[in-house]
Amino acid sequence: MAKLNYNDNFYEPSDELIAVNDLNFKGEEPIVEGEELIAIENVDLEYTGKTGDIKALENINFNIFPGEFVCVLGPSGCGKSTLLKILAGFIQPTSGSVKLDGEEIKGTDWHRGVVFQNPPLYEWFSVRDNVAFGPKMRGIPKEKYIPLTDEYLAKVGLSEFSDKKIYELSGGMKQRVSIARALINDPEILLMDEPFGALDALTRENVQDLTRKIWWDTGKTIFFITHDVEEALLLASRIIVLSKHPGRVIEDIRVNFSRQIVEDCAEDIKFTPEFYKYREKLLKLINSQPQR
Amino acid sequence: MNKPQKKDVFYWFLYFALPLIILIIWESFDRAGKLKPYTMPSLEKLFDTTVEYAKNGQLLTNIGVSVSLVLEGFFLALVTALIIGMLVSLFPKFDTFTDLIIQILKPIPPIAWIPLAILWFGIGQESKIFIIFIGAVFPVFLNTVDGVKTIDKKYFELAKVYEIPKSELIKNIIIPGALPSIMTGIRLGVGNAWVSVVAAEMIGATKGVGYMLSNGRSLSRPDIVILGMLLVGVFGKIMDDILRLLRKKVITWL
Ligand SMILES: Nc1ncnc2c1ncn2[C@@H]1O[C@H](COP(=O)(O)OP(=O)(O)OP(=O)(O)O)[C@@H](O)[C@H]1O
Ligand SMILES: [Mg+2]
Repeated sequence: MAKLNYNDNFYEPSDELIAVNDLNFKGEEPIVEGEELIAIENVDLEYTGKTGDIKALENINFNIFPGEFVCVLGPSGCGKSTLLKILAGFIQPTSGSVKLDGEEIKGTDWHRGVVFQNPPLYEWFSVRDNVAFGPKMRGIPKEKYIPLTDEYLAKVGLSEFSDKKIYELSGGMKQRVSIARALINDPEILLMDEPFGALDALTRENVQDLTRKIWWDTGKTIFFITHDVEEALLLASRIIVLSKHPGRVIEDIRVNFSRQIVEDCAEDIKFTPEFYKYREKLLKLINSQPQR
Repeated sequence: MNKPQKKDVFYWFLYFALPLIILIIWESFDRAGKLKPYTMPSLEKLFDTTVEYAKNGQLLTNIGVSVSLVLEGFFLALVTALIIGMLVSLFPKFDTFTDLIIQILKPIPPIAWIPLAILWFGIGQESKIFIIFIGAVFPVFLNTVDGVKTIDKKYFELAKVYEIPKSELIKNIIIPGALPSIMTGIRLGVGNAWVSVVAAEMIGATKGVGYMLSNGRSLSRPDIVILGMLLVGVFGKIMDDILRLLRKKVITWL
């Protein structure tokens, strides 16, 4: 079990923030629940650029547990995408370690499914072939991956569109294809980088619901980046807030709204005072960051 | 890409209006007695010559010779350009190794190769195929490299996730990803090949549309020259149309 010592790098809340601290914020206490899926320890990341080095992440420490829906919030440029890329294995941390099931993440592999904001779907393949691509390339036999593809197309509600070309799809549909494509590999964790940022409000709500349902039904662990506080509150079981430059964890809380939405069909939960309070608190935290 | 334009009567009227106007002006100059037979033929004369050439088989022979030369030279160029293009795109070391030579050879126009081609291969078919090859190989090569280079990096990142072997990567991502650009290169290449064959035939040949041009000039027969030019234009367009259709057939996703 990794050490859970992220208290020492916590951003000290200002007086103003303490004022709303009567909410059951649990950020101060480490979250422990069984074996972690991903252990992030003392991760720093420095980009070497032409105009000097940029420290994107500093001393990141947290674990991700199986079945969690972790949303990462933070101002633009704080290193959210960088963190996701490290988890995906696209880049290695400058120092520190990231482990999946106790093993260091060394490069990309299909155990971690990635969904981007602008999903790179293969335009020359049909919807079906895009979804089937992973299993096919991994050498899974045809008689296995065909029904599997149908299953996942159905899961994201695209059965009727399976033979369409990518250019015939709307933004929301493309996003659903890329979710299906990531899920079909049965990844241990689904990494999503502002996947719905480019969608209109209605479509966005629609794919949010779909994502929540998939999380609930499959019990998949999801790591989800967004800069939309409301989106985080509506989806997450846990929210991590990163600070501006360099990105450090300044808040780590449990939230229950997503669960309530599925369990109690509490669809208008975002109009409750409780939701509102969380929203205000997170917004304040993100917007009132000390200049370093 | 192509704006869907309704092809009604007006469209076709507009489409043929300019050629028609040119023909009318041409004809009226002739009627006014302004055309001299050794500089500009009358429409009638041009028509008669066309019929004559069609009847005695020279029309077909000349076109046939030029077109088959283009096909031979072009396919040679295509295969070469695709292979070298892929090697350059896939292996940075090979790119460095070949870059300077390619950069220096690229600006030399096909016509500039004609003297050397004749010295090397004589005035037979080989020298023409060589010129056509030179004309076609660069557009296809450059567009292949460019096509691979402009494939979205995310496509590769994603492919890496599935640990797919290089052969599958080439088959499933690199070739389809670069195909639109390659098709553009093919169109430019065929266009260049056609231009090159005409140039090569004008300088040393006994058959072909280029030969018709130079032959017409030495006979002071502008009708033959213009017929030759029209053939070059019409067949150039037909080839381009075929390639455009092919592009549509091959690239169904754009
Ligand atoms: N490849 C790179 N090379 C150099 N610097 C980089 C690179 N990628 C990101 N950065 C820098 O690292 C910092 C964090 O970038 P990152 O993309 O992770 O931010 P982000 O939180 O995802 O922002 P956004 O919300 O706008 O997507 C930024 O200051 C950015 O300029
Ligand atoms: Mg980002």
